[in-house]
Amino acid sequence: VTASAGTEDLLRELAPQVLGALVRRYGHSDACEDAVQEALLAASQQWPQDGTPDHPRGWLITVASRRLTDQLRSEEARRRREETVYNLEPDHDAEVPEADDTLTLLFMCCHPELSPPSQVALTLRAVGGLTTAQIAKAFLVPEATMAQRISRAKQRIKATGATFQLPPDAERSDRLRVVLQVLYLIFNEGYTATSGPDLQRVELATEAIRLTRMMHRLLPHDGEVAGLLALMLLTDSRRAARTRADGTLVPLADQDRDLWDRAAIAEGVELITETLARSTIGPYQLQAAIAAIHSEAPSADETDWPQILALYRVLERLAPNPMVTLNHAVALAMVEGPQAGLDLLATLDDDSRVARHHRLDAVRAHLQEMAGDVAAARTSYRAAARRTTSLPEQRYLEAKAARLSG
Amino acid sequence: MSSHTRVPAGQETAMKYLLMITVNSDTLAAMSADELRAVDAGHEAFAGPLRESGELVGFAALADPSNSTTVAVRDGVPAVTDGPYAESTEFLAGFYVVDCESAERAGELAALIPDARLTAVEVRPVMVESGLEM
Repeated sequence: VTASAGTEDLLRELAPQVLGALVRRYGHSDACEDAVQEALLAASQQWPQDGTPDHPRGWLITVASRRLTDQLRSEEARRRREETVYNLEPDHDAEVPEADDTLTLLFMCCHPELSPPSQVALTLRAVGGLTTAQIAKAFLVPEATMAQRISRAKQRIKATGATFQLPPDAERSDRLRVVLQVLYLIFNEGYTATSGPDLQRVELATEAIRLTRMMHRLLPHDGEVAGLLALMLLTDSRRAARTRADGTLVPLADQDRDLWDRAAIAEGVELITETLARSTIGPYQLQAAIAAIHSEAPSADETDWPQILALYRVLERLAPNPMVTLNHAVALAMVEGPQAGLDLLATLDDDSRVARHHRLDAVRAHLQEMAGDVAAARTSYRAAARRTTSLPEQRYLEAKAARLSG
Repeated sequence: MSSHTRVPAGQETAMKYLLMITVNSDTLAAMSADELRAVDAGHEAFAGPLRESGELVGFAALADPSNSTTVAVRDGVPAVTDGPYAESTEFLAGFYVVDCESAERAGELAALIPDARLTAVEVRPVMVESGLEM
C-alpha cells in the first residue's frame, strides 16, 4: 500500500478522531479498531487516485461504521454480539467537537489503572493507529504477547466502568500528567534505540513527537504540554550526533554539533521561550529550558553552566527526584568544581531508588575523572559497566575504564 | 507530583527478565509422583495468567543435563564432550522470559513459580541494544 505522503499525514491525523467517533457510538472494541483500520486502508488506496473527499473525516467515519456494522451483523450469526462490543451510553444530543474525541481517547488509553507498558501499547494502537504487529516489533516481543497486553488493557478499562468522556475537571490535571508521562515514555523508547536490529524503534520517537504535537494543538495553553513537545524536539535534534555508525554512544560534550538538527532546535527553542514567558512553570518546561541552553552553545566549552545549574535548583525544588539530583551534580561540578558535585552525589548513596543504579556510578566516575582521581574513576566506571542493562552503555563505560588503565 | 517522582529504571516502559529455574537432582529424586505432578500443574497455573496479561515472551523446559554435549574450540579445533560444562547436583531445568514493568514485578512472578518453593528461581535482566548518552 503506497499512499502519497500528504494522504498518509492526513490519515494519521484523522485516525484517532474516527476511532473516537466510533467508540462514542458503539463502544470500544477490537472490531472498532479493525473497522477504522479498514477504512484507512481504503482511503489510502482510493484518495491518491480519486482525490481527497470534501469531508475526509466524515468519509472515514461512514466507511468505518459501515464496516463495523457489516462485521457485527455477520458475527451475530455466530456468537452473541455482547461478547464483541460493549455498549457505552451513546451521547446523541451533545455536539462534541472532534478534537475532544482525540483527547478523550488519549485520556482513556492512559487510564491510571493500567500499568505503564499497557498505557503505552494502547495509546500507540488506538491513538497512534499502529498495528499490533508494528507495536510488538518495536518492543521486541511476540505479536501474541502484545495482542494480549492490549486486549487486557481494554478489559481493565471496561472493568473500571469508565465512560467515553473527558475526565472531570477535578481530575484533569492529574490525568493529563499521566498522558504526558506515557508520551515521554514512548519518546524515550525510541530515543534510546540505536542502529542495527532496533532501527524500527526510532519511529517511536517520531510517533511520540507527532502525538505530543497533536496534544499541543488541542491544548495550546497548557505550559507542560508545550514544555514536553519542546523537550522532545530539542532532545531529538541530537539524534544523528549521539551514536557513531557502529552504534557506540557519543556523550554530549563530544558530539559533532554540525550534525544537530537546526530546524528542530529552532522550533524547540522558540516554543520553550514563548511558553516560559506566559505559563506556570513545570518540570517539562524546565527540562526543555536546560536542553535549549545545551542546544544554543556553539561548543561544549561555551555551555552556560551557571544558568543550567540555576534551572536544576528550581527543578529539584519543584520535582525532587534522584535522577534530577544526578544531573544537578554534574552542573554543580561544572560551576563549582568536581568536589562539590561529588558531595551532592554522596547524598544519594542511601537512596534505595538509585543507590544501585548504574547512572550514579557513571556520574561519580565522570566527576572523579574530572578531579584527577584516576584509580577511583576506573573503579566507578567498572561498577557502572557491571550494573547497566544496556549493551551500548556497557561498551562505552568499559572503554572509559580501559582508557584510564593505560 | 507523584508521577514525576517515580524513577525510570532505565527509561524503559518494560524490561525483559530471564527467570531461571534451578533444580536440585537430590530434591528431585526424593519427590513422589504426586508431588512432581503438582509442580507441573503449578507451571500451567503460572503460565496461563502470564500469557493473558501480555507479559509472557517465551519459555522452555530443558532436558536433563546428562543429555548435554559441550563444545569448546581451541586453536580453531572444536572439541566435543558428552555431558554438561560443569557437573553439579544443581542445574538449569528451564526458564521463562517475561516482559514486565519493573524488577519488583519480575520478582513477584518468580515467587509464583512452583520451583521457587523447592529450590530457587534466579531473576536476571536481559540486556538491551539501546542506551542513553552519558
